[in-house]
Amino acid sequence: MNEDEHKVEYTTVSIPKPLADKVKERMKGTGFSSVSSYVTYVLRQVLSSIESEEKSKQAFTKDEEDKVKQRLRDLGYID
Amino acid sequence: MIKPHGNTLINKELPNTEKERILGEIDEFFSKKVNPQTSKVIKNISFGVFSPLEGFMDSNNYQYVLKEMYLENNVAWPFPIVLDATEEETKAFGIDDNIILMNEKGTPLAIMNISDIYNFDKKEFAQTIYGTLDRNHPGVESVYNLKEKLIGGEIFLLNEPASIFPNLDLKPMETRVLFKQKKWDKVVAFQTRNPPHLGHEYIQKAGLTYVDGLFINPVIGKKKVGDFKDEVIIESYQALINEYYPKDRVVLSTFETEMRYAGPKEAIFHAIARKNYGCDHIIIGRDHAGVGNYYGPYDAHDIFDKFPDLGIEPIKFRSFSKCSKCDTVVNDKICPHPPEMQNYFAGREIRDALQAGKPPSLEVMRPEVAEVILRYENPFVE
Repeated sequence: MNEDEHKVEYTTVSIPKPLADKVKERMKGTGFSSVSSYVTYVLRQVLSSIESEEKSKQAFTKDEEDKVKQRLRDLGYID
Repeated sequence: MIKPHGNTLINKELPNTEKERILGEIDEFFSKKVNPQTSKVIKNISFGVFSPLEGFMDSNNYQYVLKEMYLENNVAWPFPIVLDATEEETKAFGIDDNIILMNEKGTPLAIMNISDIYNFDKKEFAQTIYGTLDRNHPGVESVYNLKEKLIGGEIFLLNEPASIFPNLDLKPMETRVLFKQKKWDKVVAFQTRNPPHLGHEYIQKAGLTYVDGLFINPVIGKKKVGDFKDEVIIESYQALINEYYPKDRVVLSTFETEMRYAGPKEAIFHAIARKNYGCDHIIIGRDHAGVGNYYGPYDAHDIFDKFPDLGIEPIKFRSFSKCSKCDTVVNDKICPHPPEMQNYFAGREIRDALQAGKPPSLEVMRPEVAEVILRYENPFVE
């Protein structure tokens, strides 16, 4: 594969100036160093949340939980 | 309880009927042997310790992680989890083929659907992840020892790799049920690769003071020469917990993975794994997962500032010591006394005492812990 295909590319997105100012205000004390990094974080959160909702499934059933509890009892972790 | 990283606890176990069907047709698949470290990766992916990973990284995720420390799906991840292969091996299979990953004894561990076969730059990998190309760094050496190609793809578990300590091997689903059963809402994790001295006990109990439970989770697996042997770490913790900890507030369980010594990046990785186990806090000490002088003593603290979306909170401890004036364990934020009054729990001094067959001072290590270590003729990895 060509090395260029591996590069993470960046693009510019325009947002209204007042919104950028609000973001700057909101960023204070958060550890983010620029509006871009904060906006990237927010977008990642939003996208990740939507994707995980779409994919969401029950972690484990009641039956599975009972089996886990039995193993935990066998190992002495619970009474 | 905290959600798993990426919001879904991954489980790559196959239904029995499907597993039996594949195992019955095993000779029809190309198979590839993997080393014990990769076997552990397969297990960790399969049971969700590495959630949201569902397999070995393809080139897109590899590059995103190297460059951004995020996966392509926008979830933080600090270093590549990859499967290497020889040029020769990659000629035997192609994209969308299913191959069997076997352990060194030939037991099938997983079936992998190949989604990518790609070249990679070892120098770029080592420099980006470890910040050095010095082959004395064990992580760098591991990268240089990888074969020339990487293969990516989703895996499904066929047989669970054996545990080193089966009675202490809890999977994320099990720890989550356990914490719930114990009514622990807030849990702090403690990562370790050493037997405990009084400084460790101090930070663990300090962390526990503010939450419901303490999850002591030693890393078990390949370590560098001179590190403590796994069984020494486990038995010394059992001795400490038995004598000095409230048993309803502590869980000891193993985390089977190799140490990469990636310092700050490994601290993020350790935090993610513990989040998947159900912990919402993790104790990060001085030079966490460091080796030699490759990282600053608090680099592993600072890196968390770049990941405000990680979910799990670091409890950052600076260096701690036994102050002769305060007559207790302190750290530099809470003690005004000068360095000459501090005993810094120097690893070297503890090792020297143990190697000479003597218990370290009572100011440094509990006698029950020292007794366990001294039972071993050689407690260190050779």
